[in-house]
Amino acid sequence: MALDDIYKEVILDHYKSPRNKRELGDGAISCTKNNPLCGDEITVFASVDDGTIREVTFQGAGCSISQSSASMMTEAVAGKPVDDALGMAAEFRGMMAGDVEPTEEHFGDLVALKGVVKYPIRIKCAVLAWDVLQEALAGDGEASKAAAH
Amino acid sequence: MAVTHHEAPVLDVGRVRADFPILSRRVNGKPLVYLDSAATSQKPQVVIDTVRDFYERHNANAHRGIHTLGEEATELFEGARATIARFLGAASPEHVVFTRGTTESINMVSLGWGRKFLREGDEILLTELEHHSNIVPWQMTAAATGATLRYVPLLDDGTLDLSALDTVLSDRTKVFAMSGMSNALGTITPLPELIEAAHRVGAIAVVDAAQLAPHHAIDVVALDADFLAFSGHKMLGPTSSGGLYGKPELLDAMDPVFGGGEMISEVFHDRATYKPVPYKHEAGTMQVAQQVGLGAAVEYLGSLGMDAIRAHEQEIAAYALERLTDAGATVYGPTDPSIRGGAVSFWFKNVHPHDLAQILNEEGVAIRAGHHCAQLVMRRFGTAATSRASFYVYNTNEEVDVLVEALAKAEDIFA
Repeated sequence: MALDDIYKEVILDHYKSPRNKRELGDGAISCTKNNPLCGDEITVFASVDDGTIREVTFQGAGCSISQSSASMMTEAVAGKPVDDALGMAAEFRGMMAGDVEPTEEHFGDLVALKGVVKYPIRIKCAVLAWDVLQEALAGDGEASKAAAH
Repeated sequence: MAVTHHEAPVLDVGRVRADFPILSRRVNGKPLVYLDSAATSQKPQVVIDTVRDFYERHNANAHRGIHTLGEEATELFEGARATIARFLGAASPEHVVFTRGTTESINMVSLGWGRKFLREGDEILLTELEHHSNIVPWQMTAAATGATLRYVPLLDDGTLDLSALDTVLSDRTKVFAMSGMSNALGTITPLPELIEAAHRVGAIAVVDAAQLAPHHAIDVVALDADFLAFSGHKMLGPTSSGGLYGKPELLDAMDPVFGGGEMISEVFHDRATYKPVPYKHEAGTMQVAQQVGLGAAVEYLGSLGMDAIRAHEQEIAAYALERLTDAGATVYGPTDPSIRGGAVSFWFKNVHPHDLAQILNEEGVAIRAGHHCAQLVMRRFGTAATSRASFYVYNTNEEVDVLVEALAKAEDIFA
């Protein structure tokens, strides 16, 4: 069944048991965005030290694709230099555009989201968390902290 | 001797379905079960043929050409206006302005009437049930004029809190804009009562009939509505058809929002004089073929009978409420079918609406998932989105069964 391509076990697992779904305390940068199509909302928190993402978490509500993507993302970028994380965001977008063929060793669980490419309207769901991460990292920590509240 | 019955005429749904070519389509190998008519309705053959016939035989600009086609196009266009005016109970075709639909109509009132007559200190009353198209234009006009927005709150059952009317309505209220039927919850509002309340304080009553007009008989004169906006594409007509009913003195008093060809009487270097209503509100080339198609749609609705349509939808909504609830779904909005239409919003177990819509689509079932352009309603019920099945003349209880069976597939995936 075609639905197997999108509702893979690993996606459903991240949806039902999201990783790193909590707020980060003082000193963390954060950013919130929603998908105007459906109202899904994601806030990403990150603590960045010396150009490296020490910790990254998220909060939010939405469909299995948006929430599992956020959960997988927090696992994928934690401990990475900011530049690497931004590079990964670009690659993830490339995967969603069908331009980048992802490998499991590089993308980890995120490879499972490849099937979303066949459902153009859901691509926005998958990319939402990455948009938020990118904006949080790009923005000045203090400014984006204020914007989230 | 025959006994006289006073029962509502019954809709022959099998015959109706045969009039809609798209219903024979298959989606993902399954027969299409179209449960998204609140977003847009499907079109019967007679509407498709009317539009096609217009382009094949009569196409010309209306009100312009002094040639046979121009005359025919004008006659068909104005004929559609007369048919639609009759359908709404308007006293004259001239009380109906053609627009692209409800959004354009409400913006027209908000800009042409609101910006001209509203002042700082005035109040615009809306309800929390409203679609964004009956909120945002008023927010823009409030910002431009200094008027203030107020809202009739919603009760937990998805009906309006009428006990709050005395608080939110006052002699400062100059406009009361209200939905006749909620697209998000299905709630049918007590229009006569709301319009009377508006008039009691001297406010004009603006009715968003985007959802009401396709499903329920309307008599603008009996309602005493000042303005009433409707969308053709939700009532079996083409996209970009629809209009604005207005009392003639109000249509006359309000400013045209668009200036241009055909709306003028005379143009000078520094000014222009306008045509009488409705034409002063119809600048540029109109949606001639679409409005002619809407005329055919309205005739088709009339042939089915609006009371029969209402009875059919009430029955199917009641059946859907029962089946969905039994299946474990949480249904939003009124549970009493006599005060609700055929738009049924629900949340099914732990399945997000987006996921549900995707899974149902595999079964050929088309529903809407999202906030339905009614974020105030969503917020009121503490959710960002719902799943919505909406029914119309061509839907059957068997299709409700298909929907409910498909829910089990979603439950399996997310178990």
